[in-house]
Amino acid sequence: MSERDTVSDATPSATASESRRGFLFAAGTTLTAIGGVLVAAPIIGAAVAPGLLPEKDKWLSLGASSNWTPGTTVLVKFLNPGGAPDDGVTRENACYVRCIEAGKFQVFAVNCAHLGCPVEWFAQSRLFMCPCHGGVYYEDGSRASGPPPRGLFEFAWRIQDGALEIFSGRLPGLQEGT
Amino acid sequence: MGRSTLKSTASRCLRWLDDRTGLLWVLRHSLFHRVPVSAKWWYVFGSATMMFFAVQIASGIVLAMFYAPSAAQAYESLVYINQQVPSGWMLRAIHGWSSNAMCLMMLVHLAQVFLHGTYKYPRELTWIFGVCLCVLTLALAFTGQIMRWDADAYWGLGIGAAIVDRMPVVGNALRGIMLGGEQISGATLSRFFALHVFILPGTTVALIGLHLYSILRKGISEMPKAGEVVDPATYDKAYEARVHKTGVPFYPDAARRDMVFCGAALIVLVGIAAWYGPMGPGALPDPTIIEASPRPDGLFLWIFAALALLPPSSETALLLIGPPVGIALLALLPFIAPRGERAPSRRPLSVLSFGVVCTGIGVLTWLGMQSPWSPVMNAWTSTPVAPEFVERRSPLALQGALEFQFAQCRNCHAIGGTGGMRGPDLTEVATRLSWDQLVRQIQQGGGNMPAYGKTLSSAETHALVAFLSTLDGGRSRAQIPGAMESQSVSDAMPTAASTPLTSSSP
Repeated sequence: MSERDTVSDATPSATASESRRGFLFAAGTTLTAIGGVLVAAPIIGAAVAPGLLPEKDKWLSLGASSNWTPGTTVLVKFLNPGGAPDDGVTRENACYVRCIEAGKFQVFAVNCAHLGCPVEWFAQSRLFMCPCHGGVYYEDGSRASGPPPRGLFEFAWRIQDGALEIFSGRLPGLQEGT
Repeated sequence: MGRSTLKSTASRCLRWLDDRTGLLWVLRHSLFHRVPVSAKWWYVFGSATMMFFAVQIASGIVLAMFYAPSAAQAYESLVYINQQVPSGWMLRAIHGWSSNAMCLMMLVHLAQVFLHGTYKYPRELTWIFGVCLCVLTLALAFTGQIMRWDADAYWGLGIGAAIVDRMPVVGNALRGIMLGGEQISGATLSRFFALHVFILPGTTVALIGLHLYSILRKGISEMPKAGEVVDPATYDKAYEARVHKTGVPFYPDAARRDMVFCGAALIVLVGIAAWYGPMGPGALPDPTIIEASPRPDGLFLWIFAALALLPPSSETALLLIGPPVGIALLALLPFIAPRGERAPSRRPLSVLSFGVVCTGIGVLTWLGMQSPWSPVMNAWTSTPVAPEFVERRSPLALQGALEFQFAQCRNCHAIGGTGGMRGPDLTEVATRLSWDQLVRQIQQGGGNMPAYGKTLSSAETHALVAFLSTLDGGRSRAQIPGAMESQSVSDAMPTAASTPLTSSSP
């Protein structure tokens, strides 16, 4: 038996003191833990929440659906939904609209399905080429050659009140499954 | 006041300071600690790395006085620093080139410590802290490239996001946390600014403290000698005895070399910074400007190259598993080889693996500079066909030469050494492929070439093949001076004359 136990056994005031110390330690630990969590929650929350919140995708109009000539693919610029004023030029974004025939489209993200570099459309050879690692896609977005594991990412599109709209707002990635 | 009074006042002040802070004890065990007498020029690189980090802190603090960490203003603020702030261009040049110098010194230091077996007992923790510092330094360099907020920074983030996104289960969430949202935006720059300016430098300072403390605690290693084996049972005692007997105080004995090297390195840094100037910013970070050809800074070119050359089937696994496993192996090296010989001459496997890694990274960096896998996006309009490839050609072959340019073949194929290098050089393609093989290759593609069957009409393909069939290094024309191309082709390749149209018709 330790000396401390002997003393606490011997004097009631020492026992009370020991119990008070134990209580204070437990209270201190608990209060610090609660306080720590309360302070940490908004700090960590603000840091990670913007990346975890539900998607901000929404339907964006790219203009009248009659604007496109069948058989052409063109680069179209739009503003990211949910963009902030200080985004500067990065608030802008672009996609390729392929008009197959009147009222029938394919809308591709400009990001290569390999690692996201901007692909460039060549109307003469009807190919998209990536300047980074040489990914090449056919005009229907399917993979032609190079390292991409799949075809170009596509945005969902619809014609609403005569306007071509795309469902966008999110940088496409391999896990999107689009 | 007399001289002796001054001296005694200074002495009293020092005693007071020592009493309150323990300064003399600290100095005795740090600045004046004894180091092996053999610690000479090989030992200057760690100090140089730390000195360049100090340069980064000083120049970075002043840069932060002018830099606007907002996506709307960052680019303009960098241009403002370059052009308007007095000596601002030099400030940015020093920060950029000192970053390269810090990485270079760190890698040389790492190589020296590895080759000299310094990571072995009892300096395991010193090594592990060093490996962590190595990762942090590379992270500082990458986030620093993002601070430039130009097209390379924007698309570099896109590549980073695409890699993170490939992680199973957590990839999507991690990408969101990395970007601060669904897109590369102002929020992304803000969090990379916080990383580059607060989190990474703060952690680096703390780890440098731990690295230095562990160096002081276990001492600086001696130069390795063949036959002097590290044995944990006897090492500490023997080392202390040797250092006590023959060691010299770090300051001023060993520090002299550090000071000479660091001073010279600083002068070289200023010279390079003044000569080459600040790094960027390059093109605007505007994602609607598609005509970008993103490239990472030199330090990361080997990764850029590896990403082009890894087999697509195993790319994701290698990307996600390779780096953590590599870093973990490096960090755990002292536990894999804790004892034994330290001299490189007695550690052939270590020297060999070092050589393999250096050669690999060197070759990949060189390939990254050439990036032969990248199409030259403007070759079809900017790279002319040299006269020797069009003179004395038939109208059909000339039409084919136009097709060759207009169909962007030139972006991937060189003729006469100019053009893309993604596909084979076609200067002498007719010596390798027959007419039929050329038609098949163009129409069906294959071997990493897209199929042009749906893009080119049969007449266009026919013209193109007629042109390519003349690219035989001048052999057929040398034999039959002034001959028509179709004749010379048919002379060289009998099958071509018999079936050109039927085989190229869809």
